[in-house]
Amino acid sequence: MNNNEIAVSLRNITKTFVGTVLANNNVNLDIKKGEILSLLGENGSGKTTLMNMLSGIYHPDAGQIIINGKEVTINSPRDAFALGIGMVHQHFKLIDIFNATENIVLGLDGKLNLADAEKKIKAICDKYGFEINTNKKIYDMSVSEKQTVEIVKVLFRGAEILILDEPTAVLTPQETEHLFQVMRNMKEDGKSIVIITHKLNEIQSISDRVAVLRQGEFIGDMKTSDSTIKEMTDMMVGHAVSLNIDRPEPVDPQPRIKVENLTVLDEEGVVKLDNVSFTANRGEILGIAGISGCGQKELLRAIAGLEIVKEGKITYIHRDGRTEELLGMSPREISELGVKLSFVPEDRLGMGLVGNMNIADNMMLRSYRKGSSRFFTDKKTPRDLAEKVVDQLQVATPNLDTPVRQLSGGNVQKVLVGREIASEPRVLLTAYAVRGLDINSSYQIYDLINQQKALGAAVIFVGEDLDVLVELCDRILVLCEGRVTGIVDGRTTDKYTLGSMMTQKGEA
Amino acid sequence: MPMKNKEPRFYISKRADADRRTAWTIRIIAIVISLIVCGIVTMICTGDNPISIFATIFKGAFGTQRKAWITLQYVAVLLIISLALTPAFKMQFWNVGGEGQVLMGGLSAAACMITLENKLPNAVVILLMIVTSLLAGAIWGVIPAIFKALWNTNETLSTLMMNYIATQLVAFFTIVWEVPKGSGKIGIINQNSNIGWLPNIGNKYLLSILVAIIVTAGMYVYLKYTKQGYEISVVGESLNTARYVGIMVEKVIVRTMILSGALCGLAGLLLVGGINHTITTTITNGQGFTAVMVSWLAKFHPIGMIFTSLLIIFMDRGASEISTAFELNQSFADILTGIILFFIIGCEFFIRYEVRFRKDSGKENA
Amino acid sequence: MFSLVAFIPRAVQQGIPLLFGSTGETITEKSGNLNLGIPGVMYVGAICGVIGAFFYEQSVPSGDLNGFLAVFIPLLCSLAGSFLMGLLYCYLTVSLRSNQNVTGLAMTTFGIGFGNFFGGSLIKLAGADVPSISLSQTSAYFSKTLPMASTTGWFGKIFLSYGFLAYVAIIISLIAAFVLKKTRTGLHLRAVGEDPATADAAGINVTKYKYIATCLGCMIAGLGGLYYVMDYACGVWSNDAFGDRGWLAIALVIFTIWKTDVGIFSSILFGGLYILYLYLPSGTHTEYKELYKMIPYVVTLVVLVITSMHNKRENQPPHSLGTNYFREER
Repeated sequence: MNNNEIAVSLRNITKTFVGTVLANNNVNLDIKKGEILSLLGENGSGKTTLMNMLSGIYHPDAGQIIINGKEVTINSPRDAFALGIGMVHQHFKLIDIFNATENIVLGLDGKLNLADAEKKIKAICDKYGFEINTNKKIYDMSVSEKQTVEIVKVLFRGAEILILDEPTAVLTPQETEHLFQVMRNMKEDGKSIVIITHKLNEIQSISDRVAVLRQGEFIGDMKTSDSTIKEMTDMMVGHAVSLNIDRPEPVDPQPRIKVENLTVLDEEGVVKLDNVSFTANRGEILGIAGISGCGQKELLRAIAGLEIVKEGKITYIHRDGRTEELLGMSPREISELGVKLSFVPEDRLGMGLVGNMNIADNMMLRSYRKGSSRFFTDKKTPRDLAEKVVDQLQVATPNLDTPVRQLSGGNVQKVLVGREIASEPRVLLTAYAVRGLDINSSYQIYDLINQQKALGAAVIFVGEDLDVLVELCDRILVLCEGRVTGIVDGRTTDKYTLGSMMTQKGEA
Repeated sequence: MPMKNKEPRFYISKRADADRRTAWTIRIIAIVISLIVCGIVTMICTGDNPISIFATIFKGAFGTQRKAWITLQYVAVLLIISLALTPAFKMQFWNVGGEGQVLMGGLSAAACMITLENKLPNAVVILLMIVTSLLAGAIWGVIPAIFKALWNTNETLSTLMMNYIATQLVAFFTIVWEVPKGSGKIGIINQNSNIGWLPNIGNKYLLSILVAIIVTAGMYVYLKYTKQGYEISVVGESLNTARYVGIMVEKVIVRTMILSGALCGLAGLLLVGGINHTITTTITNGQGFTAVMVSWLAKFHPIGMIFTSLLIIFMDRGASEISTAFELNQSFADILTGIILFFIIGCEFFIRYEVRFRKDSGKENA
Repeated sequence: MFSLVAFIPRAVQQGIPLLFGSTGETITEKSGNLNLGIPGVMYVGAICGVIGAFFYEQSVPSGDLNGFLAVFIPLLCSLAGSFLMGLLYCYLTVSLRSNQNVTGLAMTTFGIGFGNFFGGSLIKLAGADVPSISLSQTSAYFSKTLPMASTTGWFGKIFLSYGFLAYVAIIISLIAAFVLKKTRTGLHLRAVGEDPATADAAGINVTKYKYIATCLGCMIAGLGGLYYVMDYACGVWSNDAFGDRGWLAIALVIFTIWKTDVGIFSSILFGGLYILYLYLPSGTHTEYKELYKMIPYVVTLVVLVITSMHNKRENQPPHSLGTNYFREER
């Protein structure tokens, strides 16, 4: 293969989203013909945004896209297809009640001839080694089959440049191996493939070259064969930054929540948590590190009583040593047991709060069952609490009657955290508590969490920024693909250790 | 209006903060424009001048004391049905089965009046009427709710079907109880004994109006100040949040539809026991559907519904007057109501979104 | 005595308006629009045809009617009227993103009022000198049966004894079924109703599909009203005579689980059920007739519940039915 010919060249690409930081800043990247390029970076480093601009979902604010030597404008996925670019997104875009063939031809022009299309699909499958049952309905398919349909859909449209956004996140090792074989076949055929990932071992096994993004900026690229996992990790996470987050010594840490052999499957039967065991102590912050989608969400939901658990035990230990089994309890039953459990979920406005309600009414979400009357709500207590939260956490809001969806991200989070800690929780679960927040708000949230720790709560802190985890948490549990790869001491570990634990499926 | 792509002539963006004043200004403008259009349509049909048209409309609704009372009574019934549907709508359950639930309430009341005359004292009959009509409405409302809770059956379609089943049940009993035989009508029930006639308070219109006031106040308090009302809001806004705080969504759906159906049954009771003293398949006169719009136009706000139901009944009665004055068909009212509804429905868009035009474009759609 | 040969043609005549209505509504619902305005649209389709025919009959001396124009003018007026209703619905729900239920119900209020108003006031408004709207001349062209109807015995009675619109209804529903199942347009339309975001991502113009499907659906449904008044009712308009057939058409959509070809037989079945009471032995107990009339609705409800219980994906309502689509503005 003529490995040096350049298929796509991105020049000085910049993209900003309203109200947030730069998603991509002056990125330069070349994709060569007939190569598999890995795009590596942490969550939020701008990998997907960059590729979305190539596939016509977004339009860059500045910069050029050059394809086969010609500068082009890509306004829609259709434009991208016309230029031979196809992207397989993380969230599949398939019509459930259609079969594979119908989905593959959806949106094309011309007379509908499913028999011909099927032949063409068969030819593509034979050529690259896909296995596809063209008559199977999407809703009957496994995740891996759906992914195959998406890839074939892209090839059917004649794509020469394929972009796969974290394709292995949803696959089993066997399925991953098969996908890689197919990718190698496509490469042999002269196609260029970009695979977005943060799994280093996969990068080593599949790609020719790896390009690294960090915080929206292009850090560098190198031949995979010349680089080690350590080098890649260093480039991905960058130099250690000192954040100066407080970490008081735990006072009298005693077991509070004991999770044993917890296994959770999702609706499609994919294992999301695999035999997870750990103990969270009172007066301690237990960090949970892991690539996104490795079971963090399910773990918190399971403890909060929102997940259907296949097997395992979740035991709550009272101060006097009595224990309660939380598994199989609804959130309401848990609170009726007298277990003060608070949960700051990832989806703030879709789950933690009601966007159209004002701050006071949102305070009521947790407390509305209380009050002296059986029938009427107590409006005063939540209003007082709202006032207190606004005052103490310096929530910027016109007044208490403003719907929370009109507040900025940081203020929304303050309202949510403020409510959740108001009940003096014995267990505090937080998921990505500082995502999207500015520096000041973030530090305020860290302080609040530390306060709870000092008050003797067992805090479970799911985070994505390794620097924060390393400085804030007493102990850090690392998840990889639903399994615990280790629990380390936050004071002695460093982010490189964590990084490698996150990317290698442990034997634990 | 099919949009031509390429260079859009206008941008649509969500209003960051549609404050109440802007919202009401837009709504009032829409109502004014719709009234002007109604005036023009009436002018075309009658050849009369606009001022006298609106004078006639007003005369039709409030011209005499009796007319004013009847108008208020109509408003009261429509308001009760609208309020009944509101808790369901607030939790995003599209109960378009008001017709059926009202009919079933009315049917139960009529059944008590007819079968228990001369058997039980009047007070007991009335008590039974109240209990059974509320119960019948509740049952008619809870059936689709159970389907929804168990199997997520589309409630718009199921409540719609329940309407016609109720209509045919009423048609069936109309013939069972017809007086005289073969007339296909029940006629005034208990004309002489007045058993089961709800008592007159002051005059014969006031009872419904008082009930409507009580229900309005009650619904306002229920939705705003009670735990159940709060649960309804949370379920309607976000199922995820509801489950997160441990609300049993299915239970709330069933409980709310029992309430919604029972209040519809109450409206049926008033129609049969208090106002018409008979039952026909058309006794609801489509108000179960009109109520959907009344409730929605008021943004599910009980106090707002007083005004929306008044607006609808006012136009309806006024247009009837025009039809009579110019010997036109009574359905003229429906046309005018339709026009007003279209404008108010359409104007919500301009409350939620801001439309900004490119410089070269001048056309706008109201 | 019960005679099948006499019963079937009557069931068919009852069924044809329902077939038009349900075919139109199915096409509409396939685009994700739940148009509860169909009952109103059918009234508008009927009255617009009547208005067209009325003015045509008034403008030419009796006996001089041109057969083509007598059919063409009412047909065109009817299509135009229901098209405008469809356009209104789309403008409100697709462009202005209004609630579909509320818009549909408002259209039904308006449409039925429009039909009854002009039906009741047309003569006065037009200043014509006739006692009632009775378009028997025009109607004769609509209800003209196929040539061999009277000479082929039971076969002719059952299959040939209908006006041309009845055959149009069947042809339209067959074409609709074919288009939905076998063509790219149908595939795209189903995708729009199922998952508009995915359809949009695949480059399908969701707005265009919704507009076209809904307007076309309304035009087809309007023909049901036209058939009823010009053929079945022999050109005589009487207010509210069309009754609740519009709602029955919506019920039929559910009953046929969104398949227009199934609609052909189902509509005749519903038509039969609608008049079954005339044939069932009820002796002096005429009240049971009313219970028989309930059957279509009960059956439809049962079908709706069973399909939602079984959860077989193909038989569910289009997934986005009743919700409006707009791209997330970010």
